[in-house]
Amino acid sequence: MTAITIDLNGVRIADDVEPRQSLADFLRERCGLTATHLGCEHGACGACTVVVDGKATRSCLSLAVMSDGRVVLTLEGLRNDQIMDILRRQFHECHALQCGFCTPGMLIMARDILQRHQSPDANTVRHELSGQICRCTGYANIVKAVVAAGKDLAAAQAHALAGALAEAEALIQAEVQARVDDQVRAQEDAPPKPGTE
Amino acid sequence: MKPASFDYVRPKTVAEASVALGRKGVNTAAIAGGQSLIPMLNLRVAFADLLVDLSRLDDLKVVTRSPDSIWIGALTTHAAIEDGKVPDLFNGLLKRVAGQISYRAVRNHGTIGGSVALADPAADWPCCLIALGATVRVVGRNGVRVQPVSEFVRGQYETTLSAGDIVMGFDVPTPSVPTRWGFSKVARKSGAFAQSIAIATALGRSGRVNVVLGAAGPKPRALRTVAEELEGGKSGDELRPAIEADLAQVAPGADDYQKRMHTATVLRAIRDMRTQ
Repeated sequence: MTAITIDLNGVRIADDVEPRQSLADFLRERCGLTATHLGCEHGACGACTVVVDGKATRSCLSLAVMSDGRVVLTLEGLRNDQIMDILRRQFHECHALQCGFCTPGMLIMARDILQRHQSPDANTVRHELSGQICRCTGYANIVKAVVAAGKDLAAAQAHALAGALAEAEALIQAEVQARVDDQVRAQEDAPPKPGTE
Repeated sequence: MKPASFDYVRPKTVAEASVALGRKGVNTAAIAGGQSLIPMLNLRVAFADLLVDLSRLDDLKVVTRSPDSIWIGALTTHAAIEDGKVPDLFNGLLKRVAGQISYRAVRNHGTIGGSVALADPAADWPCCLIALGATVRVVGRNGVRVQPVSEFVRGQYETTLSAGDIVMGFDVPTPSVPTRWGFSKVARKSGAFAQSIAIATALGRSGRVNVVLGAAGPKPRALRTVAEELEGGKSGDELRPAIEADLAQVAPGADDYQKRMHTATVLRAIRDMRTQ
């Protein structure tokens, strides 16, 4: 057994693992985090995709021992994530799942795609999702959901940017006004200069 | 789909890793990204008593540029090359090759050193590095050796690596004139291993031409007759007899379908190179 420490969904986990245990089995069996699904266990299906140090990772192709000291995020840790929030809504709206087995991997990979591509088109999404296998949907609605989520995310970011800009402008205006007021007050309060009356 | 049990060590230096990998009487395996080794262990087509984790050796992560070559450390991931974190002095060839390998989640961890050390006949990097005339630097118990990748890869999953050897990285000579290149790959599914893979490179308009074919025989091989005819000014269908002659050498067991497929990837790679 080998001692490991992992930052898992924001919680520090220390445990002893058998070197041959995959990260996927560690997450599911030791940590009880069963959103990570295991389909093929040799890297072909993508159902087990998680995030390790910010990178999409096949948890069946990673050993728990190799994840020692890493920051791991599973679907359970992305409940309050802005992109995941939009993706969940669009998967629901577009009916992007049937049995749901591939969905956790699809969601993690879709989030990764939206982090790397601004408002990706359907072709980009199809290419980038080619490592995730779904046996129910035929992919059409999954692609539709990711494309729609990309647009929503861009709109949300534009909205947030506009809001931030408006807020910054208001602060600047207030600051300018305060300085003008100060100057006016200083002039009013100043004693009359000799010889000007 | 669970691997048989093994021990695991994560050495802190290349020297320690070399000692661990060279332990007598122990079946050791080096692991970097693990994107090929772990599935092979899971499927129990590969076995190891001891895994030696190289993935945190900073000496293997160096990428540097010198006046006439670029050094790519063995632990450089496909994704890093895809994202342009390695200066691509070959007119975008490295990025193109990297972005086609498997899937992003695999590219995030799979390394160029691991790909060449495994020497899968259908892998992309051996083919590409041979086309670019790269050399590999290996550190082992007998010191350092530098070898052309074309000689380092000996055959199917076979290299000149011996116990205790570690691939440090690759020195890729950079051309003084812009490289033109073509890359063509046939796979049954995007991201799957290639059934045929061809890379053609040319230095400038009239310079030396290299055409390398992978997935056709035990290792990627240069198509010398084709390259000569290209340098002699032949193009398109005129090259078919030369391709046939070279295929007889590099893929003697190919059936009619495979011959047509290899011919197609070679002609596509050459066409793409010529239109650049």
